[in-house]
Amino acid sequence: MSPANKEHANPRFDEIREKAETRKRAFKEAPGPKIHIGMATCGIASGALETKDAFEQMLAQLGIDAQIHTVGCIGHCYAEPFVIIDHPESGFPPIFYPEVTPGKANMLTKLFLAEGDPRFEHILGATEKNEMIPWVMEFARFSQEKRVVMEKCGHIDPEDIYDYIAADGYSTLAGMFQRTPQEIIREIKNSGLRGRGGAGFPTGPKWELAANEARDTKLVICNADEGDPGAYMDRTILESNPHQVLEGIIACAYAIGAHKAVVYVRAEYPLAVRIITGAIQQAKQLGLVGKDILGSSFDLDIEVFQGSGAFVCGEETALIRSIEGFRGMPRHRPPYPVQSGLWGKPTVINNVKTLASIAPILKNGAAWYRKIGTENSPGTAIFSVVGDVVHPGLIEIPMGVTLRTLIFDICGGIPKKKKFKAVQIGGPSGGCLPEDFLDTPIDFDSLTQAGAMMGSGGMVVMDEDTCTVDISRYFLDFTQKESCGECTFCRIGTFHLLTILERITEGEGNEADLKTLEQLSEDIKNGSLCGLGKTAPNPVLTSLRYFKDDYDAHVEEKRCPGMMCRPLVAYYIDLEKCARGCDACVGCCPVEAVFTTSNRKKGIDQSLCVKCGECMVACPPEYDAVRKVSPPQLAPIVERPQQTVKEHK
Amino acid sequence: MVTLLIDDKKIDVKEGTNLLRACLENDIYIPNLCYIKGMQNPPASCRLCFVEIEGEDHPIASCTVRVRDDMLVHTDTPRVRRLQKTALQLLLSVHDVDCKNCPANRKCGLQDMARFLKTALKSNRFDLFLKKNQVDQSHPFLDYYPNRCVLCGRCVYVCRDQQKLTELTFAQRGFNTVIGFFGNSQTIPPSCDRCRACAEVCPVAALLPKREI
Repeated sequence: MSPANKEHANPRFDEIREKAETRKRAFKEAPGPKIHIGMATCGIASGALETKDAFEQMLAQLGIDAQIHTVGCIGHCYAEPFVIIDHPESGFPPIFYPEVTPGKANMLTKLFLAEGDPRFEHILGATEKNEMIPWVMEFARFSQEKRVVMEKCGHIDPEDIYDYIAADGYSTLAGMFQRTPQEIIREIKNSGLRGRGGAGFPTGPKWELAANEARDTKLVICNADEGDPGAYMDRTILESNPHQVLEGIIACAYAIGAHKAVVYVRAEYPLAVRIITGAIQQAKQLGLVGKDILGSSFDLDIEVFQGSGAFVCGEETALIRSIEGFRGMPRHRPPYPVQSGLWGKPTVINNVKTLASIAPILKNGAAWYRKIGTENSPGTAIFSVVGDVVHPGLIEIPMGVTLRTLIFDICGGIPKKKKFKAVQIGGPSGGCLPEDFLDTPIDFDSLTQAGAMMGSGGMVVMDEDTCTVDISRYFLDFTQKESCGECTFCRIGTFHLLTILERITEGEGNEADLKTLEQLSEDIKNGSLCGLGKTAPNPVLTSLRYFKDDYDAHVEEKRCPGMMCRPLVAYYIDLEKCARGCDACVGCCPVEAVFTTSNRKKGIDQSLCVKCGECMVACPPEYDAVRKVSPPQLAPIVERPQQTVKEHK
Repeated sequence: MVTLLIDDKKIDVKEGTNLLRACLENDIYIPNLCYIKGMQNPPASCRLCFVEIEGEDHPIASCTVRVRDDMLVHTDTPRVRRLQKTALQLLLSVHDVDCKNCPANRKCGLQDMARFLKTALKSNRFDLFLKKNQVDQSHPFLDYYPNRCVLCGRCVYVCRDQQKLTELTFAQRGFNTVIGFFGNSQTIPPSCDRCRACAEVCPVAALLPKREI
């Protein structure tokens, strides 16, 4: 049995834990129903604050004594704002309600809390197994996940440290201080944990390198400068369970002998900044951070540093420069930060997810962690799956699950019966993979081999109506703007890639452009100074490799197969289907390009049309007369009558 | 002292010497822009001084390497030349090639490299993109020509690390990066007028003193 599993007496911690458990019991035993509302940024953005207000008002109005418990994010974005109502008196188990608007909140308060009718039509599932309501674990979106890092997210109040402690939080500290730092490092090494920031460098050996540096001052940095478009795992963890990250930071600091740690959060995450700052304060008050932690004579000070909005500062050497007060520009490695990092001191920089994995490993032992995931990539991976899937959100799965299982089983597949076209993994540094790769297992090595990368875990699923050239253009636009401007390849090279891609999406590209794209991409990859430049051409290289047809169509036929590139598409109205006298499309056209033909049907003046697609949306489904074509010449020309109805007035 | 083999030429240099410097001092030319003799941690930002070292998978910027005994270095391989040519062409794609009206004519870092790499100063591989602003005259003692600048950062380095002044910085991001003066001409010390170190190290005459001393 692993020594981690032994109970370790620590009078100071036991006292804290007892207090936490008493509070939890008091909450549980309090009369009346409990309402848990997800209040992370995503919840708030979809209206959780209004929902909470509505519950409070209606409860007061009806005189119901209920407890509202604000929790973090559970990762089910499609269901936001979500509410779990635990109303034992009604005889029903705790119920998960998705998309609870203020109106729904009022209705549930009246009908369920007051009258005991749970309104089955609004239920997603019950959070416990029971006879009456399907258990959420019967759905793949819940059952096929494996929650290690996000286990407590959405179940505890992130702003109350006792909530975390009552859920067995900080329980590894007491035992940890009875072991030597070397033992902690060995445990992490044995677990096989690899850095979740993207590159997948083994965490244990990284700590060991820092621990072996014979220097007085060492530092730990938690990298929460998450900047990939469409990725929000780190934010969710900081907002929903900050203490698990702090627990990991304390373990890391103890293992390497650091007495100072910095959490580097981007300032664009105000809620995460507030919550992690508050969490550090609370931990300090209880003596879990600061001087002489739990009587172990180990000191650790943790500070929050806010990034100023540069994507490149997620790169560790740029991040260090930025804390030091300089312009965030990466420098050549080696020396690596573990040798010479912040202020020239040995520094371990770990991603939020890496640090949040530490507590579960120390609690359950390395052998337990090894059993999850694959041989070379043990543990779980968290993805923010967005784009064309039925159930988007944050998903934690064991490594080794295939892309097909993730996209089609867990996330419910592609909506509107459309076909799958591509999945972009790893954000702007990752690659675009086609259908042939759906059976690729998700782990560090397999994804890299396929030309994508784990990255920080952004995953954008795209259906058949997607233009991979335009997607590459989008990502290049991003990296090009976020380049720090230091090295030649990234500063100028990515700009040229972008202009060429722009040219192609406008139908102005030629064969030579494709060759230049490929060669320049390779040179940028081989020549750039830091990870941002080295990976920036990945979207271009993978889309050129796997979706060459898309490029050829743009260049040779001036046609966009995904019909996304505006200059290469046209809208027209099918006169067979258009209904006489219907004016739906006329009113919505912002440029008055829709006119009435001589037989009172509609036509589009191509010289005026800006291709916004509003007419297509406005056309009633029973007519479905607006057509989109590419190349634009396919649109039949309909003459505008000499005198339109409008001019008669 | 260590002995290493560069392009089959045996060279003895002091241990720990910068590889780029070792090559240059032994008459082996390697294109470079951002390196200045004596730099502790060269920025390696111009991405020109690539070499291949046996045992390494990829070409590597020689300014970031310290010499080791028995190191086998190749400075003229197809992969090295390809990267160097692309880097130079990229720099030239944002450079106002107007040599006969440029003070750096015939002592220009770009001309030297173009000659060495047999690359045309005006190539049509990449489109030319020049900045609208031809010259920034906001500094009391210096004029800055962004369309000449290669952003090697030598000027920023000598200003900060050698002169212990903080008059120059990189400004803006990505493709729009330029050398900036912190936008405040009020706080510039008179010593800046006497120094001129930045203009002297500029390989392309992008920084020029407003008046001759």
